[in-house]
Amino acid sequence: MPSAVPFWRDEAKRAIVFQLAAIAIVFGISYYLFSNTQANLQRQSIATGFGFLDKEASFEIGESLIEYSAADSYTRALLVGALNTVKVSFIGIVFTLILGTVIGISRLSKNWLVSKLAAAYIEVMQNIPVLLQLFFWYAIFYEAFPAPRQALNPFTGLFLCNRGMIFAVPAAHPAHSAMGWTLLAVLVGGWVLNRWGKKRQAATGKPFPALRITIAAAIVLPAVVWLLYGAPTAMDIPALRGFNFKGGVTVSPEFSALLLGLVIYTSAFVAEIVRAGIQSVGKGQIEAAMAIGLRPAKVLQLVVLPQALRVIIPPLTSQMLNLTKNSSLAIAIGYADFVAVTNTIINQTGQAIEGVALIMLVFLVFSLSTSLFMNWYNKKMALVER
Amino acid sequence: MKLAKSLVLFLAVSLMAVSFAYAGKDLDAVKAKGFIQVGVNGGVFGFGMPDEKGVWKGLDVDTARAVSAAIFGDADKVKYTPLTAQQRFTALQSGEIDLLTRNATRTLSRETQLGLNFVTVNYYDGQGFMVPKALGVKSAKELDGATVCVLPGTTTEQNAADFFRSNNMKMNPVVIESTSELAKTFFAGRCDVLTSDASQLAGTRAVAPNPKDYIILPEIISKEPLAPAVRHGDDQFRDIVDFSVLAMINAEELGITSANVDEMLKSTNPVVQRFLGVIPGNGEALGLDEKWAYNIVKQVGNYGEVFERNVGVNTKLGIERGLNALWTNGGLMYSPPFK
Amino acid sequence: MSTPTQPTREYLAAPVHKDGAVAWLRKNLFSSWFNSVLTVLTMLALLYTIPPLIKWAFIDSVWNTSAEVCRDIDGACWSIIPRNIKFILLGFFPEGQEWRPILAMILLLGLVIYSKERHRWKKALLWYWLVGLIVMGTLMYGGVFGMPVVETGQWSGLPLTMMLSFFGMVCAYPLGVVLALGRRSKMPAIRTLCVVYIEMIRGVPLISLLFMSSIMFPLFLPDGMTIDKVLRAQVAIILFTAAYIAEVVRGGLQAMPKGQYEAADSLGLNYRQTMRLIILPQALKIVIPPTVGILLSAFKDTSLVVIIALYDVLKTTKVTLQNPNWTGYSTEAYIFLAVLYFIFCYAMSSYSRRLERELHTGH
Repeated sequence: MPSAVPFWRDEAKRAIVFQLAAIAIVFGISYYLFSNTQANLQRQSIATGFGFLDKEASFEIGESLIEYSAADSYTRALLVGALNTVKVSFIGIVFTLILGTVIGISRLSKNWLVSKLAAAYIEVMQNIPVLLQLFFWYAIFYEAFPAPRQALNPFTGLFLCNRGMIFAVPAAHPAHSAMGWTLLAVLVGGWVLNRWGKKRQAATGKPFPALRITIAAAIVLPAVVWLLYGAPTAMDIPALRGFNFKGGVTVSPEFSALLLGLVIYTSAFVAEIVRAGIQSVGKGQIEAAMAIGLRPAKVLQLVVLPQALRVIIPPLTSQMLNLTKNSSLAIAIGYADFVAVTNTIINQTGQAIEGVALIMLVFLVFSLSTSLFMNWYNKKMALVER
Repeated sequence: MKLAKSLVLFLAVSLMAVSFAYAGKDLDAVKAKGFIQVGVNGGVFGFGMPDEKGVWKGLDVDTARAVSAAIFGDADKVKYTPLTAQQRFTALQSGEIDLLTRNATRTLSRETQLGLNFVTVNYYDGQGFMVPKALGVKSAKELDGATVCVLPGTTTEQNAADFFRSNNMKMNPVVIESTSELAKTFFAGRCDVLTSDASQLAGTRAVAPNPKDYIILPEIISKEPLAPAVRHGDDQFRDIVDFSVLAMINAEELGITSANVDEMLKSTNPVVQRFLGVIPGNGEALGLDEKWAYNIVKQVGNYGEVFERNVGVNTKLGIERGLNALWTNGGLMYSPPFK
Repeated sequence: MSTPTQPTREYLAAPVHKDGAVAWLRKNLFSSWFNSVLTVLTMLALLYTIPPLIKWAFIDSVWNTSAEVCRDIDGACWSIIPRNIKFILLGFFPEGQEWRPILAMILLLGLVIYSKERHRWKKALLWYWLVGLIVMGTLMYGGVFGMPVVETGQWSGLPLTMMLSFFGMVCAYPLGVVLALGRRSKMPAIRTLCVVYIEMIRGVPLISLLFMSSIMFPLFLPDGMTIDKVLRAQVAIILFTAAYIAEVVRGGLQAMPKGQYEAADSLGLNYRQTMRLIILPQALKIVIPPTVGILLSAFKDTSLVVIIALYDVLKTTKVTLQNPNWTGYSTEAYIFLAVLYFIFCYAMSSYSRRLERELHTGH
């Protein structure tokens, strides 16, 4: 026989055997656990499946972006929880980016005091578990602020008390949605304009001030729409009626504590990322840009940021995902996020497997969709690089 | 790699933590182990909570100790597993614990669907509301629009939602997992109302900065018979747990306390003699030592003592006997005859 | 944003004092009008916040009194710490045996500090660790030399936190390396399994894994078999951390130049030899700093076991706060814990930075 290599020495065949074995082991263990679970559930007569989702939830949720009452279904309760998670994560990410950037830049400041304070902030906040910070902030929130009847009222329309921050908003009026649509239209128009402007600049060399035109339009056009609707100025001013404030918008202490904790913790990491990103741009780059006569703002815009962002974006993404995942700690301080709502449902129905599976599924969807988006974005950035 | 060796070592150590309960009789398993594994709350003062030194204290803890005294003649053969509300039933079903004394309310669905047997109630509770006096509220029906502090995922949360709905009122819940955090938020004024089992309301009020500023509203909106629970399947073990609770009640009915129990051994009353095992029979029937009831009273005390020690008027909680008084005093505590 | 200075400036400006307090102030705090405004504003903010804080924490505070005394003072009630220190740090460990966990923790810290120096990273070190771990385990568990047995259920507080973190790190590391190798494997089935595992774990919060270990996992086991709940949480932490380590290690593997693989191939080394002798030693070395970062967050993440009612040091603190005597001093207790965590984390992160520097210049 010409091929004297026995099959266990043949790398290709060995690989196949190896893989089959791995798959068999994984499936074997899964099957074993699955059959155990089946037996256990049957023996303990625990219901299975997602049939419970249509049943009445019969518990209230403190804050919700959509209409919800105890008479609604579990599905709706879960939706409320998911929206609350999205809400705190989204606002948290925005604030984290702002605060993190400010602190990261302060860390590089030539001002000794500012730089050292930023360093201390980064060092301290990174090294204290986020859960501990949440407990701490929540305790501060409800212990430091007065009861609703003695609410602080720094100026008309804003109340601060241990029920949260309550502030006046313009009373509902059709003008508002029209203004919103106008703004959206302006932004889309601005984007198109910007692309066209860039194309023209590439072709003819003439720059086009798309950004300024867009900003101006974003301010002027909604205002015009507002005037067209007769300039409604009525405000929905909160007032103490019965037990609580009615009217206006309330930001609860649970939400605030969660937001504050997440933002403070995550922004310390973001600051480090921003600092490293800016420092990664070589000094020679900046000097070269200055040498060809670019103004400092242009140096920043054309030379520093594009290069720094490429370094910053990937770790930044994982921090944003961390923030989203850490928002699940809401359960410890009573904010009704997805995990907290699911936890209550597990308690009521006893269907732990379905509940935990739902939690994992929802967060996987969040994470994987972000990853996909970031991969696309990274590719786009890489193209710019040539 | 030497790392591998230490890994193997670790795995070997950790395998010791994997335990197989004896299939079949729970009592045999408990006896073979030499201790009872008990699921407790871990966070409710007076019912199940470690003290400053890490020693478990509380009414539920003493109930578990009574069972231990009955089985082993030693109240301290108990190991405690603190559980969250959502872990408690799984832990019992899976065999991680032998006995659950974690102020769980006995309900039909828990008994049937979760495969549990609840035994005699060791504390009759009911859900109530507490408000600051300054609010001027006299009845729970006036609470429309109120912010309500409540523990999540318990029957309490559901009862509160039901109560507000059936009275066409709106509520604004603040749910926090831990009892003490919840109390703190309430005193700080985060909520208008604190709803919980009446026992806990009393206890919470007792630790308020100024207890006189708070009142408990008259409405009791639910029945919460709190009882120890065991798994389906071992009737003998169930009987022992059941009669351990009853023995404490019976001892109080008979006027036997941990102080006078040795005296009482000399009693000529046949009921007392039978109870303390001077006239044998009860122990054998349960599969225990004849001294089982004596050991419970001697080492743990009768129900009245246990109650007063953990939650009674002279403790921080300051709870009156109320429903938990003996039936002879207008309460619900009633023991069947020990014969 | 820092704008670059004109390089010629230094030569043109009038000579200033190069040293002394005034020169330092001028250079570091008042170099431009913007910096001056910034400095003044920061100073004002500090003046506004720091003195009341000091008054609260140090001047009006009490340090070792009963809870009753605390009710009447305005400042911090630090007494909650010394009065409950045994339970906060050691939890349920039996009285009179406190020296055992304390000694075990000192031993652990000693070993960690000893292992800091890279020149001590030899085979002998592993033996030291092995012996150390056995001694620590014996100290904690007892049963010999007249030490009463202390069940694992009673290990709580700081020892539990340390145990969860330590074994979390030690076991997650090799698992993470294996996963990373699997993800880079040429065998599609192995690769897929590893990718699915890593991405799934990294996509979900740790708390969902802890829930899984505490309420779902008991249902997976055959009737009558149970696994200790501390161990279940420990496994959850290991599985979680391993996925993150795998990604870091993969970064290191990817950074290896192709030439290294080709050189190993040309020497006729097989896969195992290539990895063990050529690739892993280099790849693992360059990812040491990010690995320490992962381990650091694993350490902080152990605090999440609070949510599944394990008595780590955060939980024992919370239980202390549940005691009616001490309710209301959460700020003090949490600050104490924050300092405790900070010390550990700061030590680890500055060590990671030192390693980073050392390894950087080593090239």
